[in-house]
Amino acid sequence: MEVPILKQGHYLIASIQSALSDADLSQLREALIARVGKFRARGVIVDVTALDVMDSFAVRTLRDIAHMARLRGAETVIVGIQPEVAFAMVQLGLTLKGIATALDLEEGLAFLDRQGHGRIDNRQGHGRIDRG
Amino acid sequence: MAVSTIGRGMGASTVGDDLRCLIAADTDVVQARQAGRELAAEVGFSAGDQTVIAAAISEIARNILMYAKRGEVRFTKVVDGTRQGLIVVAEDDGPGIRDVSRAMQDGYSTSGGLGLGLPGARRLMDEFEVVSALGQGTRITMRKWKRTNV
Repeated sequence: MEVPILKQGHYLIASIQSALSDADLSQLREALIARVGKFRARGVIVDVTALDVMDSFAVRTLRDIAHMARLRGAETVIVGIQPEVAFAMVQLGLTLKGIATALDLEEGLAFLDRQGHGRIDNRQGHGRIDRG
Repeated sequence: MAVSTIGRGMGASTVGDDLRCLIAADTDVVQARQAGRELAAEVGFSAGDQTVIAAAISEIARNILMYAKRGEVRFTKVVDGTRQGLIVVAEDDGPGIRDVSRAMQDGYSTSGGLGLGLPGARRLMDEFEVVSALGQGTRITMRKWKRTNV
């Protein structure tokens, strides 16, 4: 099951539609990392709302996506982790340490905008300077 | 030959249909955890516990695929006195686990994974038992009880 990846401005949005096999998750990682370069994306949002389970392989793949995207110059936000999925993740001992998360797609987009990833002219400012 | 066992013995009467899921491809892992979630819903587990059970199944089913290439996951609804629950058994004829107590430690992996599969699944379930013999295979039995005070 291929995950559709939408381009919106400088962001890529991967919207997971159903349960994914390990191969599907690996395929998503490859596709996202390739598209960060192809579309010169500054931000990546992975919407996991429809994911039935977040197990150790899924978490490892999402971490890999975030780290690889960062190496390619894009920030990743994971959005839509459901409460029962979060509960099971904690029990499993799985964390997304160092990776941005947001409640839903709207919050994820707002986060990237705040960080300044959407604007070319703000590249040097990168998030911190527009405080004052 | 040494048989390593971890966990408490589990004796209880079982009712309901056994369901078997063959595990031979990564899509089977998804099918097994979804079948397990459906059975958990039939038993009356909360949505949260259904997800917890599905996550545990996902981990042990993936272990079959990773280490033994093929095996099966069986489900049994269980009634013990007034309690209801679900038993999940994952069995394979693979190489077996050399050191079961190490395999149960967080962060220990011989496959390059996160090493959270077995210990994580154990934390998710109420009871967890591993029987493994080198060269003969591994059987993992885990059980979750429905909480009655919710």
